[in-house]
Amino acid sequence: MSAVTEIGLTYAGLRRQAEEKATRLKAQAVIRIGSATCGLAAGAAAVKEAFEREISKRRLPVKVLETGCLGHCHAEPLVIISRPGFPGIAYGFVDEDLVELLVKNFLEGDDPCYEYALAALDPNDVFPTFEDFPRGVYEKKIISGESGIIDPKEIEQYLAGGGYGALAEVLARPPQEVIREIKGANLRGRGGAGFPAGVKWELCDRQEERERFIICNGDEGDPGAFMDRSLLESNPHLCIEGMIIGAYAIQARQGYIYIRAEYPLAIERVNVALNQAREKGLLGESILNSGFSFDLEVFQGSGAFVCGESSALVRSMEGERGVPRHRPPRLTESGFRGKPTLLNNVKTFCYVPPIIRHGKDWFKGMGTASSPGTALFSLVGKVAHTGLVEVPMGTTLRELVFEVGGGIPDGKQFKAVQIGGPSGGCLPESALDIPIDYDSLHEAGAIMGSGGLVVMDDDDCMVAVARYFLEFTQQESCGQCTFCRLGTRHMLDLLTAICQGKGDLKSLDTLKDLAEDIKAGSLCGLGKTAPNPVLTTLRYFREEYVAHIREGICPAKMCPDLIVYYIEPEKCSKLCNVCVGSCPVDAIYTREDGLKAIDQKKCVKCDNCLKTCPPQYQAVIKLSPPEKLAELEGKK
Amino acid sequence: MEIGGSEGLLPVEEILSRYRNDREKLIPILQQVQEKLGYLPLAAMERIARAVRVPAVEVYGLATFYNQFRLNPPGDHQIKICMGTACYMVGGQIALDSFERRLQIGEDETTPDRRFSLERVACVGCCTLAPVVVINERVEGKVTPTRVDGILLELGLEGLPEQKNSASEEGGKTP
Repeated sequence: MSAVTEIGLTYAGLRRQAEEKATRLKAQAVIRIGSATCGLAAGAAAVKEAFEREISKRRLPVKVLETGCLGHCHAEPLVIISRPGFPGIAYGFVDEDLVELLVKNFLEGDDPCYEYALAALDPNDVFPTFEDFPRGVYEKKIISGESGIIDPKEIEQYLAGGGYGALAEVLARPPQEVIREIKGANLRGRGGAGFPAGVKWELCDRQEERERFIICNGDEGDPGAFMDRSLLESNPHLCIEGMIIGAYAIQARQGYIYIRAEYPLAIERVNVALNQAREKGLLGESILNSGFSFDLEVFQGSGAFVCGESSALVRSMEGERGVPRHRPPRLTESGFRGKPTLLNNVKTFCYVPPIIRHGKDWFKGMGTASSPGTALFSLVGKVAHTGLVEVPMGTTLRELVFEVGGGIPDGKQFKAVQIGGPSGGCLPESALDIPIDYDSLHEAGAIMGSGGLVVMDDDDCMVAVARYFLEFTQQESCGQCTFCRLGTRHMLDLLTAICQGKGDLKSLDTLKDLAEDIKAGSLCGLGKTAPNPVLTTLRYFREEYVAHIREGICPAKMCPDLIVYYIEPEKCSKLCNVCVGSCPVDAIYTREDGLKAIDQKKCVKCDNCLKTCPPQYQAVIKLSPPEKLAELEGKK
Repeated sequence: MEIGGSEGLLPVEEILSRYRNDREKLIPILQQVQEKLGYLPLAAMERIARAVRVPAVEVYGLATFYNQFRLNPPGDHQIKICMGTACYMVGGQIALDSFERRLQIGEDETTPDRRFSLERVACVGCCTLAPVVVINERVEGKVTPTRVDGILLELGLEGLPEQKNSASEEGGKTP
């Protein structure tokens, strides 16, 4: 029997087994509980317990699965109920009362309780599917399609959907063909910089040294981004399959998945997945009886943002401090242990199996000419439908924020969208029609980044945002380059002074000069991009800086030193005491006329009274500059 | 209490032998030791340095370079405030301030009775539930100052360090 047929037969055997199991699962009622970190934080564990309790109480033959994240994080805890004869239906904001209702009416009875449903998963005549909503129209799920549907701890569920099929196909072909396919698809690195993955693979393959390593970068350090976490928690086998294919392409025998320590659940699930893949013969000696051997292990990062930079990441794996080094030599020439090393992001590896399965032309049919395929974003901040979205490249920011994300909640005004984390920038309304791809975003002063997108409204101060990112990069600077180490510190001091109303207009020029110097004088991406948040806010929101400096006003009323809290007597009610009880420092007192007022000397500006003041009064307001208070009090 | 005696370092020996004193495995070794002991005592770092044959300063350098490692014993309840962008924008700092005020310690500090410790962490990736706080590995979403009181109450801390004015229930007193 030829090796090629043997690989095919081995895989077919695995697949058949998995499909039989899947058919049995389809024949019964199944509850899928979104149990990624975000779901668990919203209370998924309690929901699961409640379901199990109700089911055993009623002795129903129902299977409960812990799945990953469907991407509709705003509606967590989220469950999907599938029953033979009904389409799969997703329910959001599930609490214990709803659990009881669903078990009683839908699992015991035949009423799917559509009034509580978010959407159906399969097309049907009764209830709209996710595709029927605006978000579904724009979304195109290539790598996140199975997230939230399959059980990440059951390799068979991944196999049943055709998983590891691409690997079986690849193992029957010469490695160079795989590289050609990925290069032809023009898959660009999803870690942020957008370097063509195929070219990297080829560079690595050209090395004379035969001992090679493959590393997956899951050190997702950008604050505001959680795509990699979600993928690894929801569908770890996709990334693993992509890595095995990559390893075959460059003929590596050992690989590592570098996951940051802050993601314990992702680490746990990837380890489970690796063990299952080994048991099935998909990892280890002679994968699928092909003669090709490869193994993978998890390396747990230690919480240093700079380790997202590839040379720093490799150093930390070697037991050193994560300090970036000069490149060239590139990692493809001299990486882990000085050997040729292929390092790609989690998402990049996740795109590999679908590209192999459907071909490079299918992939190039999506997105834009220079950036084909889709992009996975975590959409968070002041947007109605926060979550994880996958859209074709070339979708505009406006579509992403207003159609997919459902716009700004609470009737507020859009102000900016922060893209690319600490290396990216804040883009204003006027930049919303930029199509999302590597090159267009770069022109606007931001970067594609790894995919974190934070939406901001009137209540968010752009100077405070810039200061926040500088504080972050300043803390995370490894200290190697003087400009990065001291320059960011100096910029942070200037920004802090502005936020406190102590800045002067000259400091805006100093900020710009420093920004240019830091960019020019830093070795790695951290330093080279650290000034971006300041530069973009200065470019698009200069008037906010000026208001802080000239008038001591924080227009967004966010900077604590430039605001005071005030209770409007005209709106306050004698019958209500909520704010008094909510104040953690007893700063609110009852005046002689029964209305409430704030003792400014005690107030710590915790925002609690404003949040708790009942909606029918809304008597608590913020004033900026603080001098306004005297004006108002003097009036009476 | 500083772990220093040879008995206290037994887990360190076990971990070192599991990794065969491999210098390249320094970070996993430190991670395991911290998991076992809760922090990296000076004696443990010195022991590790000897075993993998590097100067002690190398190990200390690693322990201080990476945010994950701590050089002081943690509290029984570890409170970590997420300072990701989304959390910061909607009150992460306010949550941190509230914990600091209630526990009367600053970030990276432990209460004198070793019951609570407070630290800030980079994004934990639960941005849709901002502001987020991680209490003993459990993620809590939408943490307001009121919720801070609730969390501390659940952890057994009753009352405020400063006694709250009993008159406040009737609406407080005019100062």
